Amino acid sequence: MKISLFITCYNDTLFPETGKAVVEVLERLGHRVDFPAAQACCGQMHYNTGYQKEAFPMMKHFVDVFAGADAVCVPSSSCVAMVRDHYPKMADRTGDAKLIERTAALLPRVYEFSELLVDKLGVVDVGAFYPHTVTLHSSCHSLRSLHVGDKPTRLLQNVRGLQLTELAESEQCCGFGGTFAIKNADVSAAMLSDKLRCVLDTESEVCTAIDNSCLMHIGGGLSRQRAGVKCVHIAEILASKERP
Amino acid sequence: MSVRVGGAADAPSFPDAAKALVRNTQLRHNVRHATRVIRRKRDQAVGELPDWQQLRDAGHTIKQHTLRYLDSYLQQFEQACTRAGGKVHWARDADEANSIVTGIIRGCQSTEVIKVKTMTSDETGLNAALEAAGITPIETDLADLIIQLGEDQPSHIVVPALHRNRMEVRQIFLEKMKLVELGDRPDDLAQAARLYLREKFLRVKVGISGANFLVAETGSVCMVESEGNGRMCVTLPQVLVTLAGIEKIIPTFRDLEVFLQILPRSATGERMNPYNSLWTGVAPEDGPEEFHVVLLDNGRTNVLSDPETSETLDCIRCGACLNACPVYQQTGGHAYGSIYAGPIGAILTPQLQAMEHSQSLPYASSLCGACYEVCPVKINIPEILIHLRAKVVERGHGPLMEKVTMRTAGFMLTDGARLGAAQKLGRLGQIPFERGGQLHHLPGLLAGWTAGRDLDAIPEQSFRDWWAEREEARA
Repeated sequence: MKISLFITCYNDTLFPETGKAVVEVLERLGHRVDFPAAQACCGQMHYNTGYQKEAFPMMKHFVDVFAGADAVCVPSSSCVAMVRDHYPKMADRTGDAKLIERTAALLPRVYEFSELLVDKLGVVDVGAFYPHTVTLHSSCHSLRSLHVGDKPTRLLQNVRGLQLTELAESEQCCGFGGTFAIKNADVSAAMLSDKLRCVLDTESEVCTAIDNSCLMHIGGGLSRQRAGVKCVHIAEILASKERP
Repeated sequence: MSVRVGGAADAPSFPDAAKALVRNTQLRHNVRHATRVIRRKRDQAVGELPDWQQLRDAGHTIKQHTLRYLDSYLQQFEQACTRAGGKVHWARDADEANSIVTGIIRGCQSTEVIKVKTMTSDETGLNAALEAAGITPIETDLADLIIQLGEDQPSHIVVPALHRNRMEVRQIFLEKMKLVELGDRPDDLAQAARLYLREKFLRVKVGISGANFLVAETGSVCMVESEGNGRMCVTLPQVLVTLAGIEKIIPTFRDLEVFLQILPRSATGERMNPYNSLWTGVAPEDGPEEFHVVLLDNGRTNVLSDPETSETLDCIRCGACLNACPVYQQTGGHAYGSIYAGPIGAILTPQLQAMEHSQSLPYASSLCGACYEVCPVKINIPEILIHLRAKVVERGHGPLMEKVTMRTAGFMLTDGARLGAAQKLGRLGQIPFERGGQLHHLPGLLAGWTAGRDLDAIPEQSFRDWWAEREEARA
């Protein structure tokens, strides 16, 4: 099928490898990927920080860009949460009947990457090879908004060579929270130190998640500590293959 | 009317208060340990109920219904309570409540009063008002006593002395109760408190309590506790005053069926509270001869006026959101500037003050959603936080640099081509700060980030540029 990729603004800018990996996995599974170049941002940062006026044009733009898509793939649960949890209410508030209808019609076709693979495409083994010890951080939005359950775990369990370790207190926030990490830098750093303690206790080489936002935060802490543990988005693990 | 929530209007901002608290080793350890223990107990107590989600729905529905018809339920309560021999007073704000209570105590010619389970009195600043009037307030809830003797502030709405450990409590008791010897076992500390308080229960003629629920149908007050000190405080004095917010009303006695299940399980992880006290007016030869209820507004009608946030008043003060909150777990309650700490405090305190003060509180959350998940009356705290943040920005209270950045980013992020241009600018801007793909020290808004962690640098090629290149090559 034709899958439209909403890469998200920060993946586009900071984590292009994640986008390439998503394309690699979907094409490997025989699907056609489309990247509408007009896409920009879902508006989450603005909306959640109180700048709702600025978030509305982004919401409308997203709906315009993807209205005709068969399926939209988003490698970020927090951006999907923004779309699912807030777009209907935002559309309602504009009073624009057409926008309300288009938003409602689009939402069921928006999938987070692991949801797309497991729920829509019915795949848990994407033929990946990744000979490393990996621990999975469950991002807050994946847990409490998208309720992805064990989808990321099942995908990782089917990667050859990968040894999955259990992360203690995995339901706890890493302390990123968008602008929270900047506005409340001290508390955010304290939360991060709790998370790092749990990650390091697993003695893994890699910490993964379905969100690069948390990984950027956890990875920033690991890098500062010279911990020798890196953060890798799940798509990049699933795109890895044994060298011929 | 002047609404006051303790000292919240003059409290330092959340980030400023938190800066010192996260560096307090003992406090971090105590709060982490205590919240973890209560969380585990709560999860167990909730997990054994197959109809937990239905109970949450019921709690939410009853509270929402009550708030919608609050005016008539309050009148019904007043009538029923008066019929049973109680006297109902209405207080618009903190000062009015304090002067009503002070007047009642003066009327009894008492210079002392025993108090229990009344956070609302912290909200109104009652103790300071009583002392100014020459009346000595004595806290009789064990944790509140620890706070009072330690000249400290409560840090949790259910476990006010949660930030103190046993050794600290022992030290406070030794000094303030003027004891020569005291062990550090829980039994030793409880015995010391018992001896100290028992004499006061028997001597003081006036008591003040809070309320967990006010039953409109019968005019009854319901109060739950673990120690029995509350039971003594509401039965031994000649005169009893109950101070309660107007949102404490529930319509019928039967509704307690729901709340007495969800409250103890959420608050302390118990199936039932050890002491559940219910009283209705006065009874001859049994308990206080005179009973007053002071119903406090103090900004609650402000909260009710916004349909997006009015469910804040559903709160039954169980504290589950505090224990679940990863922010609270790092700071404890003192960072929140009022008696109402944690996620519920972050939405309640600013709203009571009509968004005039405490505007850093709605930002004191990573929006992780743990609070909403455990809330027994399903208050969607993250949604309300976001709504309140919008109010802060609407009023123009966001920091100037943030406003400028957000407006600019808003423009750049509404169009693919503009985003592409911003990426190129960012790549140029980061040059002085980049070392091996990481940014270690950034200025301005991002300084807070790099104070504690590194930041990935913007790589050479964005995804959109890679895609364009690939498409071109394919064509």
